[in-house]
Amino acid sequence: MDAFLHQIFSGLANGCIYGSVALALVMIYQATHHINFAQGEMATFSTFIAWALINSGWPYWAAFFATVAISFLAGVLVQRIILRPVEKAPVLTNVIVFIGLLVIFNSLAGWIFEHTIKSFPSPFAQKGMLATSIFSAHELGSALVMLCVLAALYAFFKFTPVGLAMRAAAQNPESARLVGIRVSWMLAMGWGLAAAIGSVAGMMVAPVVYLDPNMMGGILLYGFAAALLGGIDNPGGAVLGGFIVGVLENLLGAYVIGTELKLSVALVMIVGILTLKPNGLFGKHVVTRV
Amino acid sequence: MSKLLEARKLCAYYGATQVLFDVDFSLEPGQITAILGANGAGKTTTLRAICQMVRTSGSLEFNGQQITGKSTEGVVRLGVAHVPDGRGTFTALSVEDNLRLGAYVRGDKHQVAEDMEKAYKRFPRLAERRHQQAGTLSGGEQQMLAISRALMLRPKLLLLDEPSFGLAPLIVAEIFRIMRRINEEDGVSMLVVEQNASLALDLAHHAYLLETGVVALSGPAEDIKRDESVRRAYLGY
Repeated sequence: MDAFLHQIFSGLANGCIYGSVALALVMIYQATHHINFAQGEMATFSTFIAWALINSGWPYWAAFFATVAISFLAGVLVQRIILRPVEKAPVLTNVIVFIGLLVIFNSLAGWIFEHTIKSFPSPFAQKGMLATSIFSAHELGSALVMLCVLAALYAFFKFTPVGLAMRAAAQNPESARLVGIRVSWMLAMGWGLAAAIGSVAGMMVAPVVYLDPNMMGGILLYGFAAALLGGIDNPGGAVLGGFIVGVLENLLGAYVIGTELKLSVALVMIVGILTLKPNGLFGKHVVTRV
Repeated sequence: MSKLLEARKLCAYYGATQVLFDVDFSLEPGQITAILGANGAGKTTTLRAICQMVRTSGSLEFNGQQITGKSTEGVVRLGVAHVPDGRGTFTALSVEDNLRLGAYVRGDKHQVAEDMEKAYKRFPRLAERRHQQAGTLSGGEQQMLAISRALMLRPKLLLLDEPSFGLAPLIVAEIFRIMRRINEEDGVSMLVVEQNASLALDLAHHAYLLETGVVALSGPAEDIKRDESVRRAYLGY
């Protein structure tokens, strides 16, 4: 029974991470109707920055917050410098740019920090008060961190003027301009936030999967599955989708298909959702009148 | 008296297609000006040109400041509020959030709250629905919301694109009555584009008649109303 509960809890802990990655994807999708394929590599690169800071003697949490801030700025810059020129370009152009970004961030990480697998510290003590037989201290700790991030984001979008402006800009860019919102900067903010969320997810997952330039490859796939399951235009759904994917992946891996085939769960889910229920569980069903 | 807005040789283009040809017009502060014309005459485009939502050439001076080449947001920040065709409400947001967004560029929080109460007093139906999603409002209520949202900017100039479009005559009468009151009591200048010529001429002080992107006629609304050709072509008697 303990083993079963443990699978569920560690699934929920993973789910937090998948949900966050999904949320980062949804945030950019809502504003631009594009999927940022480079989301995972950007998060990996952020994690390398944190690793470098920690290795040069920074305390963990200082490095953590510095990395989040740097990632936010980097996200804004990527949008301003690389994506703005192709804002009005066709979908395929954007897809190519995203793939380009993926390769660039991946290679940069390998070039600067080398391809060797590195261990990344967890801020949560192994034998601390958080640990029980059902979940480890890091699982509970990282879940709490991710939930804090989600709560902060919710509050930001719900209660601040800039959050409201970002929602308005995503929904109806033309009207947003007409009330004086600088829509293009709102997009950049969205990129910054997505990059910041990604960096937190990266730092939380790195102690478990170890840090190397391809660290987020598999996790991005789970993130995709989570976003699709929740409905690609629904932030709450994306998070819930993350939990479902996390638990399902763990249970299937432990009891049905074995750990080697775990990643194919994500792929099967993606294909399954797209064919059977393209709007996901909580997505809007958009009907267009012709 | 200096002009609020002055357009000289204003041209507007959608891609390679030119829609406005050397249009000249000017707006007096505190007045309501109407733009009349048939479908495709360039009425909506004139409003979109003022807000720099289409490519323009020529000169557009607002309060003595050149606004051609500015961004739409930049023009809005100078005090130009635009109620676009289709109303442009944020349908997934609440009525209150829509109004709050209207005051997005203003810093005076206290007066924003006051203006919001004023809007609710002006349109009590919006007060009843303040927490409702804007998309669930009726057409008339959405138009009221669109006008209220534009007024939240405390604009120097209010652009209105077909405020009567798709609404029942009773609602139209109410909206036009309130527009007149906003102009008289708060001194907001307006530029109104309207298909319903008699309605617009009753409201406006001054009017321009556009025909395929060219100003065909202009003058005080009273004179335009009496003009033989206008009467036959646009007023239908």
